[in-house]
Amino acid sequence: MMRRSTFITYAGLGLFGILGPILFPAYTLSIAYLWMMVLMASTWDILGGQMGYNSLGNITFFGVGMYVSAIIQISIFYEPGVGEYTSAMGAIKPEFTDQQYYWGIFLGIFGGAIAALALSLIFSTFMFGLRGPYFAIGSLGLAIAAAEITVTINYVGGASGISMPMFPGDIEFRSVFFYILCFTLAVLSHFVIRGMLSTQFGLAINAIRDDEDKAEAMGLPTLIYKQIGWAVTAVFMGAIGAVAGNMAGFIDKEVAYPVPTFGIFMVAMVLLGGKGTLWGPVLGAIIFHIVKETTWTYLLGWQWVTLGLILIINIVYFQQGIMGWLQSKYPEMFGIVVDQSNINQEKKES
Amino acid sequence: MFDNLQLLFVWAPIINVQVILDGIFVGAVFALCAYGLALVWGVMNIKNLAQGDFVIMGGYLALVLHSWNLPLPVILIIVTIIMFVYGWSIYALIIRRIVDKDMFVSLLATFGLSLLMQQAMNLYFGPEVQTIDMKLPVIDAFDNMVTIPYSKIISLALAGIITAAVVIFMKKSRTGQAIRATAQDARAARVLGIDTDRVYAFTFAFNSALCGAAGVLVSVIWVIQPFYGITYSVRTFAIVTAAGLGNLPGVISAAFGIGLFEKYTGMIVGTAYEVAAPVMILLLVLIIRQIHMKRNRQVVR
Repeated sequence: MMRRSTFITYAGLGLFGILGPILFPAYTLSIAYLWMMVLMASTWDILGGQMGYNSLGNITFFGVGMYVSAIIQISIFYEPGVGEYTSAMGAIKPEFTDQQYYWGIFLGIFGGAIAALALSLIFSTFMFGLRGPYFAIGSLGLAIAAAEITVTINYVGGASGISMPMFPGDIEFRSVFFYILCFTLAVLSHFVIRGMLSTQFGLAINAIRDDEDKAEAMGLPTLIYKQIGWAVTAVFMGAIGAVAGNMAGFIDKEVAYPVPTFGIFMVAMVLLGGKGTLWGPVLGAIIFHIVKETTWTYLLGWQWVTLGLILIINIVYFQQGIMGWLQSKYPEMFGIVVDQSNINQEKKES
Repeated sequence: MFDNLQLLFVWAPIINVQVILDGIFVGAVFALCAYGLALVWGVMNIKNLAQGDFVIMGGYLALVLHSWNLPLPVILIIVTIIMFVYGWSIYALIIRRIVDKDMFVSLLATFGLSLLMQQAMNLYFGPEVQTIDMKLPVIDAFDNMVTIPYSKIISLALAGIITAAVVIFMKKSRTGQAIRATAQDARAARVLGIDTDRVYAFTFAFNSALCGAAGVLVSVIWVIQPFYGITYSVRTFAIVTAAGLGNLPGVISAAFGIGLFEKYTGMIVGTAYEVAAPVMILLLVLIIRQIHMKRNRQVVR
């Protein structure tokens, strides 16, 4: 039985998702990016908010998914493979038929997700012995290393990148197509995370966040829970990376591993909305995206300064985020029962 | 790759001298910023991701002062003072509010600061690569196989003087003792009458001044650009993590080690890997430390 406020939120967001591109056709791609950021923030929150492992390297999966999907899409229907394709860029550009393109893109998304999953399993063998800031720095190192290594691989074009196959339809249909992909993935990720958090998995990762040593002493297989958490993040990041690569039309190091932009944005969005809550990342992503698009339009040249300021002010002065603030202000709205005697005692002590 | 190895060790071993010298020059500059980071990290548990941007800011200040035809030592002193004041004000505005918070908060807040500084410098100085040309001669040694610009020698000497001054300051002066006492046990230091808030402010400002000094040297011997800061931040993090906290002499030797490693990697497998090298070192150190600690069922925290 779904609560009424939750139902209204879903109905509102769903209606916006479906009607948005119909009512504002000029902003279709912008709203598509909004759903992409919702997905990034929600998946970051599995580790960062619910599990207490602040990762700065989730963007690695995004880039790997993007590159793997490009390799699959191109080499599956073009005999000589990506290596030939990139070096012949500009000279021969193989035409893909409609059917080949759509098959390619769906296989690419799937393959990107699988590759990211495999990578996350490899990473988690040596990353989860790190705690706190070491995990954050280490995962940031992973992202930077992945970007630098990709540049040196000539097979995927090195520093000059790959230009993706042309979309067969016209430009309006193109944006609607990618919009549908982003929206579907975002909705899927939301319900997967919601479902996972409502099971024992959610309780287990919260226990890891609160006190990992005690959780382990209670007999929880913490490593497996951490691996599952990161794997889910990686699958969705890989899939959205594949979509984003096709959406951009051209991929290189800057597009695939945007560590200083999306890598940090996703953290900022979660912190803005309130970490460790289901709706915090969604709300944070929506507000952040609106602010970002407005500053990009009206404060061009100063947009980064504004973003840096938002980040600092948010973290220094407003740490619990919007949902966290609401939760402490109106706990009964969230079904949290407050023991009045506890509050009185706290008041007496302070 | 094997060609380069042969070049280094069979055909012209003299090139080793060039690589080692370059490594030492790089290491001297890294040592300054890494020492500052180690201090801030050890004393107040702040992981400053804006470290590299302090370096670049010092470089740009030096560039401005150089255009007024001031000599290098004067530039160094003025930049150090400006960066000290800047660090103090950053502490008062931002860092003071996050000192006792979750450690990840400090990473993110300083990342925001780094973003802000990068873009402010980009808007003000433009995205071009710039350098200070001291118009000093270049020494050619060993049949022109090795070139040593005078500016690098002067910078190395200056870096040595600054490091020596800092080490003596930390050992002998009352403020240095207060900083070390706070690092060991902040609560006990407070009980004994040390104003830890002032010590924190001083440490952060001191770090910023050290980075500024390093920035002056960077702008003299290499180039600066608003977005180069992050590479310095990553290197300093690698150095401090490799050396371990509270091990200040270790920080300096690790700085030279990483400088040499970076130059050798650049020489042997190509300059494209020069940026990736310190990151790889960072990851390797973290993984190796983890394996060591796992034997005792502990984790790196």
